[in-house]
Amino acid sequence: MATLLFADHDNASLSEHSARALGAALQIGAEVDILIAGQGAAPAAEAAAALVGVRRVLLAEGDALAERLAEPVAALIVQLSGDYDTILAPATSSGKNVLPRVAALLDVMQVSEVTEVVSPDTFKRPIYAGNAIEVVQSAEAVRVLTVRSASFTPAAAGSAVAPIIAIKPPVAPVLSSFRQNLLSANDRPDLSSARIVVSGGRALGSKERFEATINPLADKLGAAVGASRAAVDAGYAANDFQVGQTGKVVAPDLYIACGISGAIQHLAGMKDSRVIVAINTDGEAPIFQVADYGIVGDIFDIVPQMERAL
Amino acid sequence: MKILVPVKRVVDHNVKIRVKTDGTGVDLANAKMSMNPFDEIAVEQAVRMKEDGEASEVVVVSVGPAQAQEVLRTALAMGADRAILVVAEGRVEPLAVAKILQRVAQAEEAGMIIVGKQAIDDDCNQTGQMLSALLGWSQATFASKIEMSGGSALVTREIDGGLQQIELTLPAVVTADLRLNEPRYASLPNIMKAKKKPLVQQTPNELSVSVAPRLNVLRVEEPAARASGIKVGSVAELLDKLKTEAAVI
Ligand SMILES: Cc1cc2nc3c(=O)[nH]c(=O)nc-3n(C[C@H](O)[C@H](O)[C@H](O)COP(=O)(O)OP(=O)(O)OC[C@H]3O[C@@H](n4cnc5c(N)ncnc54)[C@H](O)[C@@H]3O)c2cc1C
Ligand SMILES: Nc1ncnc2c1ncn2[C@@H]1O[C@H](COP(=O)(O)O)[C@@H](O)[C@H]1O
Repeated sequence: MATLLFADHDNASLSEHSARALGAALQIGAEVDILIAGQGAAPAAEAAAALVGVRRVLLAEGDALAERLAEPVAALIVQLSGDYDTILAPATSSGKNVLPRVAALLDVMQVSEVTEVVSPDTFKRPIYAGNAIEVVQSAEAVRVLTVRSASFTPAAAGSAVAPIIAIKPPVAPVLSSFRQNLLSANDRPDLSSARIVVSGGRALGSKERFEATINPLADKLGAAVGASRAAVDAGYAANDFQVGQTGKVVAPDLYIACGISGAIQHLAGMKDSRVIVAINTDGEAPIFQVADYGIVGDIFDIVPQMERAL
Repeated sequence: MKILVPVKRVVDHNVKIRVKTDGTGVDLANAKMSMNPFDEIAVEQAVRMKEDGEASEVVVVSVGPAQAQEVLRTALAMGADRAILVVAEGRVEPLAVAKILQRVAQAEEAGMIIVGKQAIDDDCNQTGQMLSALLGWSQATFASKIEMSGGSALVTREIDGGLQQIELTLPAVVTADLRLNEPRYASLPNIMKAKKKPLVQQTPNELSVSVAPRLNVLRVEEPAARASGIKVGSVAELLDKLKTEAAVI
């Protein structure tokens, strides 16, 4: 049998998460098809077809699929499910929205946020905010998985091109409808896949000070900007900047935590970074327990100094 | 419109849990237990909707051991009207919880179910989506705002790139994200009043749902520990380490 990967994309381009999920899918061993559900999504399908290891790309288009709302996309995946024994998606907001719905319609339990493929039916996944790792085996007829992108290397784009096959989505009752996206304008690297992340916490004190302190350093380093929940709740940074158990999970080469205490929920989202730097006035802050390099000091002093010295 | 809110009893979010040395699970003996934080947000939302005249009744449901009554009482003290405890010991997976909630929602003729986005113990983030699928209802996950208008609800969702607004036909399942609201603390008089509010018990059997786990947990491991780091005395030293030792800039 084969594996179906429900790709993350915005019609115009394929997200890096899809290539990483393909990395996970290939470890399972079976042949992999990629499903692109959308509208005007040929560019995303072409990008998927160029990834090494893809057998074929299924392109399903329609107005109802344009924004990948959960109900029609789940119905589409269920219609395709007979040909696959594994269905997976990256654990992005789209994958997390759709796949449990598919699992329930197929009457199987999903394995969420897989960080390691142990064998085709056995997976590791973090529980309790990453304070424990569960090794779980699925004997379900169809294995439904979401995979944590930060844990897998992306499949590369190659010279061969997999065939793109147009498929007709099923007619499903319209239960919800798209109104609008209010996306954060951001010309920095994507937080989830950036090589360097500079994150700010509650200590930043205001949106203005957050931007005036964090952004120049991030720009100097070509880094993405992240934030703690406290900083997002207080309105210093947009919701999609949140790193943590319930935000984004990142594993960059370098993570710089500025005025972040290091609560377990924050650590859950960044403790697999290769190198961690912490800047905090409190030498006892828990963030120092995971930091490779710590500076006890005031961010409003240290961060601009770093920016100038680079 | 009746709103159903599922609440899970989980280890308190401030507790640092320990993996059992024999790898069979997590040691929760004597650990403080609380309502899942996202479920507090869901209860708060439902209670506010009742206060605003958008909901007629708020019913809270938990699937768990007898002690889950405590989180149901907390929800009643926050302003929910009635509670249902579906008594089940041990690990109950999201799919089984969703099937139980499906039966309860049908019996109660609920118009909306507000679920937490994620339980902070299993970190599954599945139950609401599964429940919505089983009921054949509309779904909005990761909600940071719910606005009612007649027979529909306009929901703002937190997505990877920012926010998304979708309109749901009722009945609907909505999952609550962190910024939907800030839950209230129950006042002492309300805690007293909650003791008299109705709490009924049922069993999965009575609802014809099997709670036998589908997934086989082979073992639970300690996460890889990080090597301990150092404190540096100056920005110059830090940048030097990052360039030469770590080679990341
Ligand atoms: C269900 C749930 C889910 C959660 N999910 C997440 C999540 O996904 N991500 C997340 O981040 N959090 C999450 N949290 C919140 C988490 O528990 C913490 O409350 C949060 O991470 C704290 O943010 P902070 O470190 O910015 O703020 P604080 O804990 O207030 O820390 C601020 C730090 O700044 C330091 N400081 C102050 N002034 C300065 C200065 N001038 N210079 C340098 N340092 C300074 C202080 O010493 C302190 O250590 C969640 C909580 C719950 C209950
Ligand atoms: N045992 C349970 N009893 C009641 N509600 C639950 C239970 N398990 C999960 N839920 C609900 O489903 C949400 C998501 O849980 P999960 O899918 O396990 O991450 C929780 O926030 C609760 O609202």
